[in-house]
Amino acid sequence: MSCAINARGLRFGYPGGGQALRGIDLHVGHGERVALLGPNGAGKTTFMLHLNALLQGEGELEVAGLEVTKKNVAALRARVGLVFQDPDDQLFMPTVEEDVAFGPMNLGLDGEAVTARVAGALAAVRMGHVASRAPYQLSMGERRRVAIATVLAMEPALLVLDEPSANLDPRARRELLEILEGVERTMLVTTHDLPLAAELCERAVILAGGAVVADGPCHELLADAELLGAHDLELPAGFRLDGLDLRPRPSAQPL
Amino acid sequence: MGGLCNHALELTGPTGNLDSRVHRLDPRAKILGLITVTLVAVSAPLERWPAYVACAAVLVAYAIAAGVGPRALWRRLRVVLLLVLGVGVLVPFVRSGGARFEFGMLSVHQAGLEIFAAVAAKAIIGTTSAALLGATTTFPAVLRGLEALRVPRLLVLIAAFMYRYLFVIVEELARMRSALVSRGYRPRTALQAGAMGRVAGAMFLRTYGRGERVYLAMLARGYNGTMPQRVPLRLVGTDVAFVAGVALIVLTARLTTA
Repeated sequence: MSCAINARGLRFGYPGGGQALRGIDLHVGHGERVALLGPNGAGKTTFMLHLNALLQGEGELEVAGLEVTKKNVAALRARVGLVFQDPDDQLFMPTVEEDVAFGPMNLGLDGEAVTARVAGALAAVRMGHVASRAPYQLSMGERRRVAIATVLAMEPALLVLDEPSANLDPRARRELLEILEGVERTMLVTTHDLPLAAELCERAVILAGGAVVADGPCHELLADAELLGAHDLELPAGFRLDGLDLRPRPSAQPL
Repeated sequence: MGGLCNHALELTGPTGNLDSRVHRLDPRAKILGLITVTLVAVSAPLERWPAYVACAAVLVAYAIAAGVGPRALWRRLRVVLLLVLGVGVLVPFVRSGGARFEFGMLSVHQAGLEIFAAVAAKAIIGTTSAALLGATTTFPAVLRGLEALRVPRLLVLIAAFMYRYLFVIVEELARMRSALVSRGYRPRTALQAGAMGRVAGAMFLRTYGRGERVYLAMLARGYNGTMPQRVPLRLVGTDVAFVAGVALIVLTARLTTA
């Protein structure tokens, strides 16, 4: 059966640098929402960049039903939506509309289909009213939402978000969380924002030193203060996991 | 930080009556019309001065139709024009020929003055054309127009990225400056200016790093080396009439002998 992510012994070293990934084993089924946690330098971003072949390491990696190889690059980029941490890196076109249209046009869609995708994606992040604005005229929260729209417009099977709540004020963070909760896709979210992980994801994976050191239900992992502490993670002081309103969990089904 | 960008924005975005017929023209029509005006002015020698008058008249009519007032226009013009005229004003002192006029220690020749008059007229008309294009067309629309006019895509792309990241870079620079000043940096001698050199170096590395990340973000969305084609623009009768009208007026003035 195909799966969203299947990694076996994935290793990667940066040229001239240390080993960033030291044999990652991870299986993610369709429809799952997985939080990828870990301290800085754990290899989270490096792993993310492997998912659509921006980096290629040794070992086995299958994403969205495709083996990650040179010949599958175009198909992988259509199926895996990567949202980068800094929206200023993600939004490079002069206007929001053109930026959201960039991905669908690369997929070879025609004008009308592109327009429909742009409108749909911007509506999904409630940013339809800024279509003709330039990215620098938007607030950080708005930019982040548009960055997500640029990827949603490609209708990926797997959505990968790098630190989606970084640099957001509480209200923008709350709005982002609500939007992400409404997105029905397999999701891999790297974050240091453990409460966000607790609310959004049913499963968590802790990465440390380039390998998976814990994998299980998000609430169980986050309740284990000793485990978190061992990997330089901690919940905000006074935070109670049992006080969270949990969203309905999607059932893990093949898309 | 935001203030700096807002100030720069004021000088780049459209202004005047944003819903005017001029603002609504196809960007290609505006680019072609204003380039025609500029080319006619630049190519006309001083003896063909009616061409300058015709160009100026077209620009004045354009500005009035677009609701762009003299103050808004001057704010945009002075950035370039003062520099150009500042250099041009030296010409009469170095060029000799024709009648000679004495001003105390300085003397100027008629030939020099004539060159200055021509240069000034051309500079004013050319700069005003560009400023009026910017005042009536958004930058993305200008880019789309240039692209539709078959300007090499690479050049358009470079201009697009420059426009997109100019503000990001200006903001980064402002933050680094604040960081320097907050730690008591107040250069008094040229020797202490070294820190600015390191800021420039750091800026280079940052923009380089950003370039790499932007490229990754482009690849992640399926970029394969060519920018995707956009929906084509559509010319309507008014656009064609505008270009034809402008060309008729300025070319007639340029080509008929006074």
